[in-house]
Amino acid sequence: MQIYINGTGCISPQETAQGGPLLAAPREYEQVRLATVDPDYKQWIDVKQIRRMSRVVKMGVGAANLSLEAAGVTAPDAIITGTAYGCLDDTGVFLTKMVNQQEEMLTPTAFIQSTHNTVAGQIALLLGCNGYNNTFVHRGFSFENALLDAIMILKEGSAQHILAGGVDEITNHSHQLLSRFGLYKKTPVKTMELLNSPSRGTIAGEGAAFFTLGIAKQPGAVAELSGVSTLYKPLWEGEVIGHIMKFLEDNNCTPADIDLIVTGRNGDIDQDEIYEEVADALFPDHAEASFKHLCGEYPTAAAFGVWMANAIIAQQEVPEAAVFFGRTPEKIKKVLIYNHHQGTHHSLVLLTAC
Amino acid sequence: MNEKVWIAGGGVICGIGLDVPACIQSFRDMKPGMEAMQHLSSVHRSTFPVAEVKADNATLADMAGMPENISRTALLSMIAAREAWQSSGLGDISQYRVGFVSGNTVGGMDKTEDFFAEYLSDPRGGRLQNLLHHECGSITELVADSLGVRHHISTISTACSSGANALMYGSRLIRNNIVDVVIAGGTDALTRFTLNGFNTLMILDQQPCRPFDDTRTGLNLGEGAGYVVLVSDSLAARLQPWCRLSGFANANDAFHQTASSPDGTGNYLAMKGALDMSGLQPQQIGYINLHGTGTQNNDVSEGIAINRLFAPYFPAMSSTKSFTGHTLGASGGIEAVFSALAVKEGIIYPNARFEHQMKELPFAPVTAFSAGHDLQHVMSNSFGFGGNCSSLVFSRAS
Repeated sequence: MQIYINGTGCISPQETAQGGPLLAAPREYEQVRLATVDPDYKQWIDVKQIRRMSRVVKMGVGAANLSLEAAGVTAPDAIITGTAYGCLDDTGVFLTKMVNQQEEMLTPTAFIQSTHNTVAGQIALLLGCNGYNNTFVHRGFSFENALLDAIMILKEGSAQHILAGGVDEITNHSHQLLSRFGLYKKTPVKTMELLNSPSRGTIAGEGAAFFTLGIAKQPGAVAELSGVSTLYKPLWEGEVIGHIMKFLEDNNCTPADIDLIVTGRNGDIDQDEIYEEVADALFPDHAEASFKHLCGEYPTAAAFGVWMANAIIAQQEVPEAAVFFGRTPEKIKKVLIYNHHQGTHHSLVLLTAC
Repeated sequence: MNEKVWIAGGGVICGIGLDVPACIQSFRDMKPGMEAMQHLSSVHRSTFPVAEVKADNATLADMAGMPENISRTALLSMIAAREAWQSSGLGDISQYRVGFVSGNTVGGMDKTEDFFAEYLSDPRGGRLQNLLHHECGSITELVADSLGVRHHISTISTACSSGANALMYGSRLIRNNIVDVVIAGGTDALTRFTLNGFNTLMILDQQPCRPFDDTRTGLNLGEGAGYVVLVSDSLAARLQPWCRLSGFANANDAFHQTASSPDGTGNYLAMKGALDMSGLQPQQIGYINLHGTGTQNNDVSEGIAINRLFAPYFPAMSSTKSFTGHTLGASGGIEAVFSALAVKEGIIYPNARFEHQMKELPFAPVTAFSAGHDLQHVMSNSFGFGGNCSSLVFSRAS
């Protein structure tokens, strides 16, 4: 059974929400913390509600709506989100008040909106969707698990259209705390220089990317979602390479059938090493595109990568800002997205032009 | 794709027992777990009774074989997951393709809230060690790593239905031949964050809760973990499985972020969907393990949805939360174990403290423990914030 990506929507630190050619005017930054370029949320959400909503909910609802609009679907049969951090802003607000006010005189709004399923719940509420609704919160696998759940449900035949996506936000607290773990560059690096910067650390990002998946091809579809796979804590590089070979085999193809690889390089010399190893072993002459210099690093960043790969298939070219290596072939039919988060969470997504 | 998925075992730790036999004994003895807080430090200590696991972190760490300074959520998870695995008779875990799918709502919040007090007074303050396992997924990984599970690891957070949704996803992983065995359920430790959050919603009872009683005024929070071991048809043939996970469904109420719709739309759709998947008629269900939190809103919505689906033949029903308290992300897992065991042993659990018939409903919960019934099919309900409603159906082998 084929599963089609009938529509996509993305809100990110790039101008991805307003349509037009992919990354025609890439936003260049020189900072270690990127923020989303926000569309006008009033087109989807009542003004009164917008004021109460945290950014993660707004970007989730926005990207979900963009994706449904592109697919021409008004009522999906299921809504599945992946978010590693969940609603950090409301969690931080409630936690701060709880500590500062010694557990007294607290109000419910932040607590209500702090639960990880708030985004999926709000989308269901705004669409009036009574269907299946799930939220995966497993670090660098959150988005991939959401895709896998969607694929399994579509294969069962119990749904026609499924909205699936990944979303995560940065807050002042989260950025301050993640910085203390030493995840980010000590000094800011320019966007187009990040992936070749000779130091440890990356840049923090955020965003939402949603996909309307279906078993019937809609006019807007350009690619099939052919496969998704995750690999947890590989013991060495060889296990990653073996896993990729097995994944391609399971999807009836070989490295030679792949026209483009899209990798999750983030500019951290230690973390990017595995991408080199994989490219050397399996894809030495393949064209490679990258995306985390554009959207930043976060646990569900692979959703941006898949969104970008789908847009590349639509345009049949890799925009200059996304090129990492090589010349793209004239026809881009199969694209493999290989991402890892912090070396522990590796994932593969295969798209095939349709 | 249509392969059957079986329950090969289960494990529970909660306010009424450190393992499954202890929990069943508490039901037999009519001993609910709500007491004054012993382990959680909160200004509300003497206001709200809670069903805490009756052990401090040092004892739990010893039982789990894990460090004492990690989140209580992970310690509870490890203890119940290992009991589940051992009860399955599968033996060496490295012999199988195993998945671990665990639900929780606040991850390592018990440590984060300690950290935050120091951090807010000094942005460079607080020990980072206490923040390391804040993420929900990190709790799952601590346990997966200890158990030796690597094939598929996932965490689900749909508030109070997280554990139930873990069983659904786990079942699909087996039916799609991604793994052969899945340890599925949920875990949550009590935290000040959750206690204060539920307090702002004004749905905490200052007395032991009274689910499905007309005079109910709210829920008691609990804590714990519960997991079943799901296995494929081919593995089940070598074991003596408890029962089959014959049906499940997840629906969204799409009514309000925290409240259930008055007619229980999501609840009805979840129960109906689970029955449809199992190919059963309502009258074939012998017992329902209710979501039954004890709040005004939940019990009336759930009750009305049951009335709509089951009238005029009502199965035996009870809320085991009248013993365990509401264990949030763990509840779907804990109650899945109780429900699977109900099929295996013919147990109907008591609903504690029921005295007054709800005027909106034509049925009442069961108030006494009994075993040895011929229960062919049992339903378990889990409904949560965000409109997330899930129902599971467990069926006798045949």
